[in-house]
Amino acid sequence: MKLTGAEILIKMIKEQGVRTVFGYPGGATIDIYDELAGHDDLRHVLVRHEQGAVHAADAYARAGSCVGVALVTSGPGATNTVTGIASAYMDSIPVVIFTGQVPTALIGNDAFQEVDIVGITRPCTKHNYLVKDVKDLARTVKEAFFLANSGRPGPVLVDLPKDVVQSVTEFVEPGKISLKTYKPTYKPNKKQVAKVVDLIAKAEKPLIFAGGGVVLSEASEELTKFSRLTNTPVTASLMGLGSFPGNDPLWLGMPGMHGTYRANMSIGECDLMIAVGVRFDDRVTGKVETFAPNADIVQIDIDPTSIHKNIPVSCPIVGDCKETLTMLNKMVAKADKELVCPERIGWLSTINDWKSTTPLRYEQTEDVIKPQYVIERLNELTDGETIITTEVGQNQMWTAQFFHFDKPNHFITSGGLGVMGFGLPAAIGAKAARPDKTVIDIAGDGSIQMNIQELMTAVESDFPVKIVILNNGCLGMVRQWQELFYDKNYSSTLLENSPDFIKIAEAYGAKGLKCTRPDQVDQTLKEGLSFPGTVIMEFKVEEAECVYPMVPAGRAITEMILV
Amino acid sequence: MSCNKYLLSILVDNEPGVLSRIAGLFSGRGFNIDSLSVAKTTDPGQSRITMVTKCEPSIIEQIKKQLNKLINVITVNDLTEKRYVQRQLSMVKVHAHIDKRAEVLRIVDIFRCRVVDVGHEHYTVEISGDDEKLEAFLSLLKPMGIIEIVSTGSIAVARENV
Repeated sequence: MKLTGAEILIKMIKEQGVRTVFGYPGGATIDIYDELAGHDDLRHVLVRHEQGAVHAADAYARAGSCVGVALVTSGPGATNTVTGIASAYMDSIPVVIFTGQVPTALIGNDAFQEVDIVGITRPCTKHNYLVKDVKDLARTVKEAFFLANSGRPGPVLVDLPKDVVQSVTEFVEPGKISLKTYKPTYKPNKKQVAKVVDLIAKAEKPLIFAGGGVVLSEASEELTKFSRLTNTPVTASLMGLGSFPGNDPLWLGMPGMHGTYRANMSIGECDLMIAVGVRFDDRVTGKVETFAPNADIVQIDIDPTSIHKNIPVSCPIVGDCKETLTMLNKMVAKADKELVCPERIGWLSTINDWKSTTPLRYEQTEDVIKPQYVIERLNELTDGETIITTEVGQNQMWTAQFFHFDKPNHFITSGGLGVMGFGLPAAIGAKAARPDKTVIDIAGDGSIQMNIQELMTAVESDFPVKIVILNNGCLGMVRQWQELFYDKNYSSTLLENSPDFIKIAEAYGAKGLKCTRPDQVDQTLKEGLSFPGTVIMEFKVEEAECVYPMVPAGRAITEMILV
Repeated sequence: MSCNKYLLSILVDNEPGVLSRIAGLFSGRGFNIDSLSVAKTTDPGQSRITMVTKCEPSIIEQIKKQLNKLINVITVNDLTEKRYVQRQLSMVKVHAHIDKRAEVLRIVDIFRCRVVDVGHEHYTVEISGDDEKLEAFLSLLKPMGIIEIVSTGSIAVARENV
């Protein structure tokens, strides 16, 4: 069967089970778009900026537990994807990005809309390809999906010169992908796992620290079972939120720079830390020398480079989180000794004391809305089935603190790279993957403006999303640092001029709701949540509100500034 | 902390961009490359990179793991703690006035290297050997006045276990 490169591309994308592609056309991809138009079973969502395409694909992958796909043109189309790719790379999200490229004969000639995107994205992709011969296309596409979604997942970019997608070749179905240089370790070493059982039996103050790896390997159930079998409290990184029920008595909240008091104190005091699918980011560890100073640390991760990278570990286990926890649970169930030593009761009551004496707190007054209050009310008024995306900054941290996530893949945020402008396109991607769910982007007045053009995508594509803008009239997180550490020198952080968000919503064909008083918060949220289309709910909130607790940069995480 | 010298023998796919992936990994993560030598192997689909890197002992594990993580890297062999034969080739252009010519030739003879180019005022000498031999050779030639040195990176092969 003779096929063009474009036909092969679409055929192979569909064979990977993809039903939705996010993209933006251009000169170098016009042949692909010509082919795409004839395929009713592969939906193309036209974004309004290529960055949005990758964020949407990223969230689509997370909400749908599949691979997200973005399709963009050469040159600026390709460079616009870099932020999205770098974010997916930091968060280990399976995304395949197809970029157009100038014809092979022109590569290297500084042709119109030419850029070396393979060179540019080498350090922020798991792998990338330039397809120079149409005969290699089918196999390369299949390999790209395989790499993106196996081992530690990540973005893979495939660069497609225009003549390659135009040329015709005999289509040969690529066989099973097997790479001699790439064999991720899924099965953990049994002896190492057995050591964990001994460690937990001895531990007086054990602690589980879960991360994005638990979510990615779909190991939440196994994690929850392990925690309950051994009566071990759980903290989870930003990427791990939802991997353990947020209302469970053993739940401690998020640790780190804006972690809960009890989570950070638990890390400081624990004598055993079982770290599952985490990479010990600096925002979690604070000063590394003082991180979990009394603990034996067990680290379970599928990526060997995550182990010993930032924190020395006494019991490393390379393996898939789910397989490892499953094996561990079996060993725990069969263990012939008592796994919960009597001192454990004291540990749990110490943690409870921390919780009751120093909870997360803020003071809601009568006249000004506190941002935390909006998120708490949103948590109350939604049913635990809602998918939340965020932008980056205070809005992200308050969401992590005050919204309780019970399930994995319901909190979608740019954790590692910290991309302002992530939340809105991500909400669209999540809604595309899960049209049955309510999807809410929690934003600030600064970050919403970074990709606000995607409002058009949401309205047009019929993927209605809810946007909560916590409008504090400033770039709150930087303002907070300036207040605390830079003598209140609010350099370039006060947004004195912002657009009328209600009019913006209406201009794009969405609904806009504005709330300025605490006693109207519930009413506004209810109205916005029940509206069937895309809606912006703008809350005028306290400007000077800071995220607490806060650990100053470079300090031990037990040295928190409290409210 | 002290920096140690490590000798890595890295087998990679012989594909465009592979060297750039490795060089990019080192520059992006702040690792340091002391010397580098790349050539095809008996399998035309594979290349061998011999690399010397200086780092703290805690970093070398991370370097090896990061290299292994690259899709185009087939194996990473750390020869540092093993028995191996190492060679580097240098071409040294040295001043050779009439009064020093005999002395230069004597040194060349002692080190069993050879003169590959000769002029009225200079010799160019080719020498191969391990680090120590090259260092010793250069220290003896230095008083004669070295004009230029061109060197390859180290290459190394593990000794067979007897």
